[in-house]
Amino acid sequence: MAEIVIDGKKCTFEGNKTIIEVAFENGIDLPHFCWHPELSVAGNCRMCLIEMGNQKKNPDGTLAVDENGNPVIAYMPKLQIACGSKATPGLYVRTNTPQVIKAREAVMEFLLINHPLDCPICDEAGQCKLQNYTFKYSTGECRFTENKNPKPKRVSWSDKIMYDAQRCISCSRCIRFAKEFADQPVLSFINRGDRVYVKMATDCKFDSPYSMNIIDSCPVGALTSKDFRFKSRVWDMAFNDSVCAGCSRGCNIKIGTRNNKILRIEPRNNMNINRYWMCDEGRLNYSLQNENRLADSKCKNVQVEKFDDAVAKAVQLLKNYKAKDILFIASPKATIESNYMLAKLAQKSIKTQNIVYIDYTDKNFGDEKLRTNDRAANTNGMKIVLPNIKPLDFDDLKTKVQKKEIKLLYILDSTLSNDSPINEIAENAECVIAHCENESQLSKIADVAFASASCYEEEGTLVNEAKRIQHLTPAIANRENIRTMGMKLGRFEQFGTEDDKWGRSNLSDNRSDWRILANIASGLGSDGKKYLNAEDVFTEIAEINPQLNNISYQILDEYQGLTLGNRIENEKKYRIYKSNNVN
Amino acid sequence: MNNRKNTEVERMSLAEKAYLPEIARGLGLTLRRLFRPKMTRQYPEERWQPLGSYRGRPVLVKDSDGERCVACGLCARVCPALAIEVQAGETDKTKERYPAKFEINMLRCIYCGFCEEACPEEAIVMSPNYVFTTRSRNKAILDKEALLTPAEELKERLEFLKQFKNQ
Ligand code: SF4
Ligand code: SF4
Ligand code: SF4
Ligand code: SF4
Ligand code: FES
Repeated sequence: MAEIVIDGKKCTFEGNKTIIEVAFENGIDLPHFCWHPELSVAGNCRMCLIEMGNQKKNPDGTLAVDENGNPVIAYMPKLQIACGSKATPGLYVRTNTPQVIKAREAVMEFLLINHPLDCPICDEAGQCKLQNYTFKYSTGECRFTENKNPKPKRVSWSDKIMYDAQRCISCSRCIRFAKEFADQPVLSFINRGDRVYVKMATDCKFDSPYSMNIIDSCPVGALTSKDFRFKSRVWDMAFNDSVCAGCSRGCNIKIGTRNNKILRIEPRNNMNINRYWMCDEGRLNYSLQNENRLADSKCKNVQVEKFDDAVAKAVQLLKNYKAKDILFIASPKATIESNYMLAKLAQKSIKTQNIVYIDYTDKNFGDEKLRTNDRAANTNGMKIVLPNIKPLDFDDLKTKVQKKEIKLLYILDSTLSNDSPINEIAENAECVIAHCENESQLSKIADVAFASASCYEEEGTLVNEAKRIQHLTPAIANRENIRTMGMKLGRFEQFGTEDDKWGRSNLSDNRSDWRILANIASGLGSDGKKYLNAEDVFTEIAEINPQLNNISYQILDEYQGLTLGNRIENEKKYRIYKSNNVN
Repeated sequence: MNNRKNTEVERMSLAEKAYLPEIARGLGLTLRRLFRPKMTRQYPEERWQPLGSYRGRPVLVKDSDGERCVACGLCARVCPALAIEVQAGETDKTKERYPAKFEINMLRCIYCGFCEEACPEEAIVMSPNYVFTTRSRNKAILDKEALLTPAEELKERLEFLKQFKNQ
């Protein structure tokens, strides 16, 4: 393990690293625009200038020390960029000397010469590196009185991305991302000097499934998302941690909400899974959460007065049928907790092994980057609590339903679309109990349709395709979770009253799937266990399931998830990189 | 003061305790005021026209080509009473955005004028309007149409801002 000294602090590192990387790993944030931990080094913004040097040597070859025994260091007279200089053992770095501060102020002044005063109309404002650094590292004065260079504004790069050349600080992060990660080298600088800006090659498309990552890696507001443009100021939004449910990769995300509606989703750094990126599909498929929700449970498309009535109805229906007439459909999209409660209800209360699941494999979705073919986020987690489960065979079920061998369908899978073949089968079944997130064909015909919480409202655990178990936490409030969500909402929702048009009125009555199942089980006379929250359920699973022994929500949060079968001692804790961090 | 005399009555002199001289003194004051110029007016028939420095109900300034506001939301951010709600929309004009929705909840507003101070466009200003009553809570939430006021009507305030604030 090698060592360098940054501002008097000893920083250790391994392997071939640059100074800025070593500093970051050791908790020191150096200002930077063009450096991105996952992209190649461009070294063109000059924001990361530092002073560096080595210990002087005496003529006899020994290291020089002063009279107090402190090392004498010969700093290079010229400043160096921390992102482009290798950390070599024994290096001394100073990041706060008058010379460095003056250089940073000069860099900031140059950057702002041609930068428009766009903050009031710029989506990046409030999380903009340039804005933050202006406060922290610039004098706030501009000696330039000439006109700013005109450059193109509102250039459409694709149906998802808009480019504004005036705001661009020519850091080349987008160019490098397109070339190095998206494998679509279609972006490049044109012109020279202060007229330089990024242009997309003519007759080319930037339609990579990962294209939108350039929006949040852009340090300024030069790149904006057409989906989000002007929907909200970032300081009015709440950003809560979550896990993408789009496929079995389980990318870590942040969900930006205002007025309890999702406005945008962005990736969250997790070195074990998605590193810094996510796919556009995962970013944009939140509309089901915002629209057409089933907000209250229904019996035969009639809204029940209270949730308990729906539970009582379901209990009564389940009692009416023999165990062999009932088929349970588990869900590879639901959490471990929910699938466990389903297993418990089926195996302990009803005493049947009739449990299947719907397979969501889509051969066209996966690639060798992040996206995987399995579009369900928790297939592996479901198989932990239901090890012998088989995928559902629609034709087989259809005949069984017609022959009245199966009379009652219990469907935990709460995101079934209207074109799923299950709808037709359900119509022919004698009785259907379904968990539904949205108003759908199924929610209309079901004898009991429970309004169930979506993956954005629920707490639980998910296991991805690489067997990494992650803690899913809610980002949207409903009546069930408002007690814990209250202060995690945006500033308007936190303080709104009933007389305000915004705020937390109109909360829906969606319940976590495991809670619905636990209520039914106790209605059928279960072992009498009470669960206050998802953690109680998980603790119970972790006790009986050897794969999950010693795992708790707290440990999962600490390590950003754990790989099952890997000893905790071998897990590494990483420092989280936030592209728009104020540092 | 002698702290053994705790109450007002204990502290009063004999003449004060007799009341009558004090009543005469009070009547004298009233009599003298009667012949001085009047400070009050017959509101609401007679109305006072506030000066430019007066902070009345906040309104949006409307120029010949529409509102000045670019829906930056800074007024909403600075408002200590959370009275303002802005929703931006996109336009083809050079300024790119406009307020698709702009509401001020006058039940929340405390007339502090912070919104005016924060606005980078001088688009929200404190008007001379100090009369505000409604018959229902909902009507106290003013929308963009109710807030937009032609710049000519706000001349004095804009002049005042130019002179003393936004120099
Ligand atoms: S658009 Fe953004 S990421 Fe691309 S060069 Fe300009 S500032 Fe950098
Ligand atoms: S790769 Fe999968 S998990 Fe990651 S963002 Fe896309 S859909 Fe979501
Ligand atoms: S005057 Fe003060 S309280 Fe009223 S809207 Fe403006 S900032 Fe808010
Ligand atoms: S601060 Fe001014 S420009 Fe910004 S939203 Fe308020 S009124 Fe409009
Ligand atoms: S971050 Fe080092 S030069 Fe840009």
